[in-house]
Amino acid sequence: MVKKILQKGYIGLVLVFLYAPILVLAVLSFNKSKSRAKWGGFTLKWYGEMLRNEKILSALYTTLLIAFLSALLATVLGTIAAVAMSRMKKLPKTIMMSITNIPMLNSEIVTGISLMILYYTISFSLGFTSVLLALTAAHMPYVILNVMPKLRQTSRSTYEAALDLGASPVRAFFLIVLPDIFPGVLSGFMLAFTLALDDFVITHFTKNARINTLSTVIYSESRRGIEPEIYALSTVMFTVVLILLVAINRGKAKVAKKNEER
Amino acid sequence: MAADFAKGKESRPGQTEKNYMAQNNKLINLENVTKKYGSHVVLDDLNLYIRENEFLTLLGPSGCGKTTTLRIIGGFETPDTGRVIFDGQDISNVPPNKRQLNTVFQKYALFTHMTIAENIAFGLKIKKKSSQYIKDKIEYALKLVNLDGYGNRMPDSLSGGQQQRIAIARAIVNEPKVLLLDEPLGALDLKLRQDMQYELIRLKNELGITFVYVTHDQEEALTMSDTIVVMNQGYIQQIGTPQDIYNEPQNAFVADFIGDSNIIGGVMLEDHVVEILGAKFQCVDEGFGNNTPVDVVIRPEDVDLVEPEEGTIQGVVTSLIFKGVHYEMEVEANGFSWLVHSTDLSPVGKKVGIRVVPFDIQIMNKPESEDEEAVGVNE
Repeated sequence: MVKKILQKGYIGLVLVFLYAPILVLAVLSFNKSKSRAKWGGFTLKWYGEMLRNEKILSALYTTLLIAFLSALLATVLGTIAAVAMSRMKKLPKTIMMSITNIPMLNSEIVTGISLMILYYTISFSLGFTSVLLALTAAHMPYVILNVMPKLRQTSRSTYEAALDLGASPVRAFFLIVLPDIFPGVLSGFMLAFTLALDDFVITHFTKNARINTLSTVIYSESRRGIEPEIYALSTVMFTVVLILLVAINRGKAKVAKKNEER
Repeated sequence: MAADFAKGKESRPGQTEKNYMAQNNKLINLENVTKKYGSHVVLDDLNLYIRENEFLTLLGPSGCGKTTTLRIIGGFETPDTGRVIFDGQDISNVPPNKRQLNTVFQKYALFTHMTIAENIAFGLKIKKKSSQYIKDKIEYALKLVNLDGYGNRMPDSLSGGQQQRIAIARAIVNEPKVLLLDEPLGALDLKLRQDMQYELIRLKNELGITFVYVTHDQEEALTMSDTIVVMNQGYIQQIGTPQDIYNEPQNAFVADFIGDSNIIGGVMLEDHVVEILGAKFQCVDEGFGNNTPVDVVIRPEDVDLVEPEEGTIQGVVTSLIFKGVHYEMEVEANGFSWLVHSTDLSPVGKKVGIRVVPFDIQIMNKPESEDEEAVGVNE
């Protein structure tokens, strides 16, 4: 009994430390008063102001566009890479997987700075495209990691059966293999999208001054004293990312359950 | 006779006249096919032809090269050297989607995200057949495999045996000249497997096409085949009808792999007389020369247990097991443990005589080395 209370208490404590700051932020975003110290009553004013702020709106547009395109690119390239790797022999496959894992283990700041240096070295001008490519490269491993297990589950013989029935290799892939691995592809896409949506470090180092994403707007605004509408913006971002992650995990749990039932 | 056969790539001894006439046309011809994975030789200079309309079974233990042979015919593997001739044309480098044959895979390989009808329609849609044609074909195929009305079900909702029938239906609606079957019954339980064997024979007769069947189950091979190809370690050991393979195994491997047998070293004293375990037995074989060491195969059901004084040699029953149809006994005689199948019971400890009629003694050349044993008849 005591053990149970301690267990519950401990996990509660962990959650409080993790989420209390965000909760404070969310509460403050509904605070009528600009002060962080006192509660002036409930309001949605800051959310309204956020939606009227040109800077925030243009950053929102850029963020969504970059997140969507980079996730799409990462998904296409990552899926192709995963298919190729699944056909490799054991040793080259292991080597390729390790190389793939490096960007995920690497700290983001190193990835960001090295990409920036790379762009300078090859005189690639920083801007929308450089951010897009940087995020695509950084998030492709997550797609590969999501697609590989699905490919391992699908038997090679369904692909061969499609060939046997007259389908060309490309057609067999789209008609048979892709539907089979689609849950993995989709969760890879969602993950890449979510990561790109709230990425700050890599974007910060690979963008120029003229373009901003939500996280870089929040960063630059907060240096000049934080406006409550930034609380509102942060709360919205947190909520969206949270919803996406829950969706991804629920999707995975569903698939896992279905596999168990078989 | 074994020596004859070794040279006889073109002849199949024992093939009955009727079969031979009906299946004269060589539909598939594998010429000098070799396949290696790294340094491991899977098939070594394999020569094999398959006649139109025959039920040919590739039989052997796992790793013998039978599945690789089938995959080479299907186009999923390309031979390192040698050619695959199909209907007079070299198809060695033709991809599987351009070959006029269809495969039934070991684990069914049904498309789980499609209904049964969509599965069956897959090949026909690729070939852009009219929707009415496809509809008729689905109906026909489902009837043929006794699964009428299952079109709207999903593959997951079917039993293993039903899924296997759908896999067969999906292959045959494309009207292939040859159906390749890769251990299709391997995942089914015994009773279902036996039912499906008869089903396959019926299908084969109704469709009138060539079946190439891969299995490691000798009983399956004996039941269904017109021709059995026994393989081991990448070599063909023997080609023949089920009767040939069972009654006249060409070497110890075949004798041991097909059914139970007593394989005993002996000496061919002269034509029609072989010395086994110090006793002279009459046999019907000739042409081995005088005083030649040979292997002798005697099937357990061909060993007659008689009163000690009536037997060629004498022994003692050492074990007895009831097997349903017959008793399985072991008889210790002249230092060899004889396996005996008989419907008559001889209790453990009883002294018995062993007698074998000449016709039931099968003589084989002794392999001179381990290597030659594996090489078999292709060399």
